[in-house]
This record gives sequence, C-alpha cells and structure tokens, in this order.
Amino acid sequence: MAKTLDINGKSYSVEAAPDTPLLWVLRDELGLTGAKYGCGVGQCGACTVHLNGVAVRSCQTPIAALDGVKVTTIEGLEGLHPLQAAWVEADVPQCGYCQSGQIMSAAALLARTPKPTDADITDAMNGNICRCGCYQRIRAAIKAAAAKAPASATAAA
Amino acid sequence: MNAPVKGFSPTRPSRREMLVISAATAGGALLVGCSPANLLSIGADDHFGPFGPFLRIEPDGAVTVVSKHIEFGQGNHAGLAAMVAEELDADWDKVKVVQAPANTKVYANLGMGFQGTGGSSAIANSWPQLRNVGAATRAMFVTAAADRWKVPAGEITVKNSVVSHSSGKSATFGELVADAAKVAPPKDPTLKDPKTFTLIGTDRVRRKDAAAKSRGQARFTQDVHMPNMLVAMVAHSPRFGGKVKSFDASAAKKVPGVVDVFQIPTGVAVVANNTWAAHQGRDTLKVEWNDDKAETRSTDAILASYHALASGQAQPSGEMKWQTFDSHGAGAPPQGGKVVEAGFDFPYLAHAAMEPMNCVAEIGGGKNKLTFGSQIPSMDQLNTGMIVGALPGSVQIETLFAGGSYGRRANFKSDYVSECVHVAKHVGGGRPVKLVWTREDDMTGGYYRPMVHHAVKVTLDADGFPAAWCHRIVTQSIMKGSPIGGGKLDESAVEGVMGSPYLKATPVVDGQVILPDSPVTVLWWRSVGATHSAFVMEHMVDQLARAAGKDPVEYRKALYAKAGDSRRLAVLNLALDKAGPAPADGWTRGVAVHECFNTVVAQIAEVKLVDGAPKVGRVVTAVDCGIAVSPDQIAAQMEGGTCFGLSAAMFGRITLKDGVVEQKNFDGYRVLRMTEAPTVETYILPSRAKPSGVGEPGTPVIGPAVANALLAITGKPTRSLPFVTSA
Ligand code: FES
Ligand code: FES
Repeated sequence: MAKTLDINGKSYSVEAAPDTPLLWVLRDELGLTGAKYGCGVGQCGACTVHLNGVAVRSCQTPIAALDGVKVTTIEGLEGLHPLQAAWVEADVPQCGYCQSGQIMSAAALLARTPKPTDADITDAMNGNICRCGCYQRIRAAIKAAAAKAPASATAAA
Repeated sequence: MNAPVKGFSPTRPSRREMLVISAATAGGALLVGCSPANLLSIGADDHFGPFGPFLRIEPDGAVTVVSKHIEFGQGNHAGLAAMVAEELDADWDKVKVVQAPANTKVYANLGMGFQGTGGSSAIANSWPQLRNVGAATRAMFVTAAADRWKVPAGEITVKNSVVSHSSGKSATFGELVADAAKVAPPKDPTLKDPKTFTLIGTDRVRRKDAAAKSRGQARFTQDVHMPNMLVAMVAHSPRFGGKVKSFDASAAKKVPGVVDVFQIPTGVAVVANNTWAAHQGRDTLKVEWNDDKAETRSTDAILASYHALASGQAQPSGEMKWQTFDSHGAGAPPQGGKVVEAGFDFPYLAHAAMEPMNCVAEIGGGKNKLTFGSQIPSMDQLNTGMIVGALPGSVQIETLFAGGSYGRRANFKSDYVSECVHVAKHVGGGRPVKLVWTREDDMTGGYYRPMVHHAVKVTLDADGFPAAWCHRIVTQSIMKGSPIGGGKLDESAVEGVMGSPYLKATPVVDGQVILPDSPVTVLWWRSVGATHSAFVMEHMVDQLARAAGKDPVEYRKALYAKAGDSRRLAVLNLALDKAGPAPADGWTRGVAVHECFNTVVAQIAEVKLVDGAPKVGRVVTAVDCGIAVSPDQIAAQMEGGTCFGLSAAMFGRITLKDGVVEQKNFDGYRVLRMTEAPTVETYILPSRAKPSGVGEPGTPVIGPAVANALLAITGKPTRSLPFVTSA
C-alpha cells in the first residue's frame, strides 16, 4: 500500500504495510541510514528521529501514525548543526553507532531548552545508550553547543 | 631489523617488496612468511603503489594512510595515521585514513602473525612498522627533491607536506610525488628521536572520523545496501548446543517479502527482500529443537558446581583437571597468623555492542566476498574458505566501521560470519546477503565472558603481610579449541592473578585453575582475564589491609616494594597526587591498580551509596602506556573503558534458566546510562618506553575501586558481581 511521508522537507511515497516501523522504511526503503537499529524495543535510542521536532524512537513508530507529521532525521539537520560542530570539537564519537541518536535527542533538547541544566541533559539523554561510554563528552558537547547559542535561539531541528 | 624474510626473493627485491620487508621486519618481529601467513596469502592481491601497502600519496598531495586495524571506537586510526604522518612530516590536517582489505601477508598484526585487531595491540605492533613507512617515504621525497634541484639531500627539510631547500626552493608532496615514486626506498630509514616529535603526543592527534560519525555518514555493516541484496535472519536454538529437529516454514513463507526459508548448520534461515520482512518471517517460523547435547542447567546450578570443585566437595571428572599456574615457596604458613578467606563470583557477560552482529556475503558466480566489520580478517577468510571450498587468501574482505565489538567480533569460529556465508552459499550466484542479528539474537547468542569463581585464602605474617596465598579459579576456557590455544595452560583464565605483584611478594603461593566445559560459548570480553582477576586481587588486597589494620594505599606500596614493581608504584603515586585532598562530605574513595596488555592503570573512585546502590562521581585515572601517541584518545579510552567496566560491575549479568538465556534485550540486560556515568579525569605518566595499548586496560580497574569504597563505607566486602541485582 502506498503511503506518503514528509521526511526532511521532502515528500516520499513508500510501499509498505502500515504497521512497518518508520526505522525500517528509512533504512531499507529510502536509504536514510543515519538512524540506527540498536534494540528494536525503544530501549537504546539509536533510532531517534524528530516527529514535529520531538525526539521519538523510530523503531516504535509505525508509519501509519505519520499522517501530517514532519519527520526529521540526522540527514535533515541543516548545515553543520552546532551540536555536530561541538561533537567534532570534543571528539565525542568512539564507534559512532549510537551518535546519530544521541545528536537527535540533544537537538530536540536544545530546541526546547536552549540553556539546559545538568539535570535537563540527563533527563533528555538517559534513553540513549552509548556502549562505548562517551557520556561525559556528550554532556560536555551539549553544554558547549548551548553556551554558543543565544539564550532565545531555537536550534535547527 | 635485517633478519631475512622467507617468502621473498633473496636477490634484489623490488621496490614494493622492500617497503613490505622493512615494514614487516621493523622491531625484530618476523612474521610475514610464517606458515599461517603463507596459507592465508595464497591468492591474495599484492599490487600496491610506490609507497607500499600502508601509504598512498596522490598527485594533488593528498596523503592516505591504510590501516590494517579495524576502527570500532578505539581511536586507533588516529594514532596509526599520526605515526606515519610524524615521520613523513605530512600536513596532518590533510591526512586521511582508510581501512585495509584482508591480506594476511602484508597486513598481519606483528604481534599475532595474522591480520587481526585485539589485545590492545594496534598501536603497539604498528609502532616501528608505520614509523618506518613514513620515514622511508620521506627519504624518497628528499632524494627526489635533491635530484631535481641538484643539491645535497642533507640540506633539505620537510614540513607540513612541503619539501624545502635552504636556497628557498620548495615543492609540495603533490609536485614531487611522480619523481619520489621512482626512488628506491631506503632499507633502514632513519627514525626521529621521539624528543623531536611535533605531532605524536600532542592534542592535535584527533579522530579523523568524528565528522562522519556525527552526521550519520559513517558506513557500518548495518548500512550496506547492494542491488538485489537479500536480508537474512536465522532462528537459533534457545539452548546452547541445541539442534534443529524439524521446522514448519509455511506461515513464514506467506509473509510478504520473504523469499526463502531453509536450514543451515546453526538453525533455520529466513531470507527476504528487506529487514522487516525477514524479522516477521523469522518470528512466524515454528522450529522444534533437539536438546540432547544442549546445556539445560541454570546458571545457579553451574555456579554451584564451580563452588563444589573449588572447595573440594566435588572431584574433577572427564578431561577436567586442576592445573597449577603459580607455585612457589614451601612450608607451612606461620602458626597463629591471621587468615583471610574470600570467594568471588562473576556472571556471564554479553558484549552487547551497539551494532548487533551482522555481515554481508556474496558467494558464488566467481565471487567470494565479505563486507562487514571484520576484526580478524585472516580467520574470517579461513573459515569462509573452508565453507565455500576456496583458498582463504582469495576470499575478499572489505572491512567497514563496526558499532563496537569489545572482543565480540574476534571469533576464531567466525560464528556469525560463517552463518552468513552458509546462507549466501545456499542463495548462490554471488547474490549479496546481509545477515542481521536482532538485539535478542545478539544478547542470547553466547560467546560471553565466562562465568568465574575464585576462592582465595591468605595467611598473614606477624607484620600483616601475606605469608601464604592459596588461590583456586574455576571457569570455562576461552582458548580451548582455538587455533592459537595450543598451550597447556589457558592463560586468559588466570592472567592478572598469575604475575600479580601481590603473589610475587608472598613467600608461599599455591595457585590452581580448573576449566569445566559447557555448551555455553565463551569469548574474550574487553580486558579478558583482568575482568575478574583485577577485581579479585584489588579487592582482596583491601581486605588484607583491613585485617592487618593498615591503610590500603600504604599496604599496596609496601607490597609493590617487596615485589620490585616500580611501575605500579609510580602510577599509583600519580593518581594520588592528582586526586588531591579528601573529597567533599558524603563521598568515599576506593583505590585500585592493575596492569594488563603492558599498560598500568590506577584509579581512585569517589563513591556514595544512594538507595543501597553505589553512585560513582569523580574517577581520577593515572595511566602508564609508554609514549602517548594520542593523549586525547588515551583519555577517551580511559573514559569509555571505565564506563564499560562500571556497567558490568553495576548491572552486567547473563543468567540461564534451564539453559535458556533470561536477558533478551537492554530491558533485561541493564547497561550504564548517562545517569550513572562517572566523571573520569585522565593523567598520563610521562614515558620514553614504546607505546602499549589503551583499549582494554581502562576497563577492569573501576569495579574493584568501587568495591573498595563500598568496603570502607559499609565494612562489608563484595562477594559477587554485579553490585545491583534488582531489575
Ligand atoms: S532501536 Fe529504537 S530504541 Fe533501540
Ligand atoms: S560511540 Fe559507540 S555506542 Fe556510542
């Protein structure tokens, strides 16, 4: 069955059953492989994307739920997002597999809360597992990106 | 440096061979030409550019270092490239790193004799090799410039990829590369004095992949798409050692997108047009299993059998026997000396890399090709060759980034790789097949850190120091059945106890190990034996200090003095110095020190109890890893290794109920999240020694450091891991 999806500002028509998780449509059908499969049950955050600006686990999102919803994946972050610049500056990634999900969770946080406290950061990021243990640098990079943004700015999402 | 190399012509070697030779023999290691390399090299490609297999320089001046080691987080690509760039005097900002294909002859790990990454050896085994590559190539550019400008080579300097003469003449690598390519490489290029390094040891040595990995552009196996590719999932026996009895594929075959269902040695494969279809097909498959040879015990029962062996209540049966790993001194321990006895239990641990195991294979139609994160390409070639009936060297492997491994992708049976090859062979025609393991497949798929029991009894002398040390270890053998497991003793089961300075400082030692079998598959897990031995030795020593009424830090220092271990002493002192005065109220410090893979790490962890569970705050880390090639990557590995070790110590536990793994995903197998992540400070001991690895040594120290803090807080020792057993 054909279904139209709004992803990164483009319209895509996909042939997939309505209960197909967005993650597999992105990865297998559309070639948008930035969002990763890590657990498939909403535990790890590797598959995080934005739905209307909110960080959501794409492995838990059937495409049937996406009528009129704007999907943003890591490929859709505009230019070099301040978080991505901070990530590179702090050499955050190790294996890198979790990092798309980490950045999408962090981007949604900064869009909502441009100057997050430590507790805000922990809250927003606790659903994203990093087996390489980059947590300390993730926190530092979010703070560095937040420090560069004016207090009222809304980060690109 | 000049040892002969078998397998190369004794008469004038070609330029290319010269570079291979100088690379392979550097540092005295001579492994190119040894038998596994020969076997694995037949059929391998050996056409490389003028600068050999490790380095390419393009006419536009771009410098590309070819890494023989996989990058799955360790940061080794940065360090390896820096070694070449330093000696080459290349412009670091323009240096790129690519992954070498499988080729055992030229890309062997010089510490292993075959191509593979592990044992925290990437930087250590490449140290002379890649510096030689850089230095030889630099000399070729200098000669080319000297010839072109008709000036003495000694008057030429190189900096940032620019070759210059005091007369003011200069040329970029790009401008000179065509001439440099024609120069014969020097056999013994002069290496820099480390004192003159301008790149190595600086914070400029940063990851080359951070941007791609921050943009979702790094290519992992999971991301591979090829025209006409099929995706496979395999139904595995829920019990280790179980076999397919029968299966009913009728429902699975009706799932849209499912292409075929068939049996392979490890289970029943479902191949489909995409991942979701394969997943759904696999879920609707009905399989009956034959458990005749399967492990049907629960982990409680297995552990109880370990206890019975250690205590002497049960006698070894079958092939099992006690083996001595340390026995020195003789005579009865002093009468009336204080005795400290302790048992320690460690559970099975899953590696749970973020990217579940996967592989892409194209088999048939004249093709034998794998595309995936291959950690030991030589073994993956060998195992593939055996399945498809091809020369191992002819099996092509394109190695991609891997989303973590921690030892899991280094498997002498190439377990998931072989599975993929079986599926692709059945599909045939060279049609690409991507085998995808779900998280559940990965978590329940075995190759765990083995379960381990230690029983220790120490008798103290009149001064409170160990007079006699009796140590029993019961665990499964990791090395048994592996091609490099020929030794009598599986050192991976005892390393860290064997060789401990505490045992050296003890007059009478009786250390024995026994290795019962189980169908549960086991494997090395980041830092291998140290995952348990560091815990036992470091937590035990705090208990001994308490029994002796001494300060645990001073107690360690006295034992290091007795054992003549000045390295641990220096690293401990550095950590103490950096930790500074006692922490703020509510935090208690625990100390631990361990050496593995020739690197010593000392940690001082600040801990408090929150709702009965340890909360770890600041962790001061001191490390001696020889010359620090990339200080920032060393710090990153200490941070990540500490999280990995703390995750296991806090929560890590795979249990079996009647042989079936109880933890299927991250909800059952809890791992460290940001809430629990400590703040790790890393301090590197200045050193002139050659570099040693850092990927693993940061992992095993945090567990005992936290246990020692808990001992100070509660007065109670830790007898088993993990600390937190509620869900
Ligand atoms: S893959 Fe979606 S949360 Fe793990
Ligand atoms: S960087 Fe490896 S899992 Fe996060």
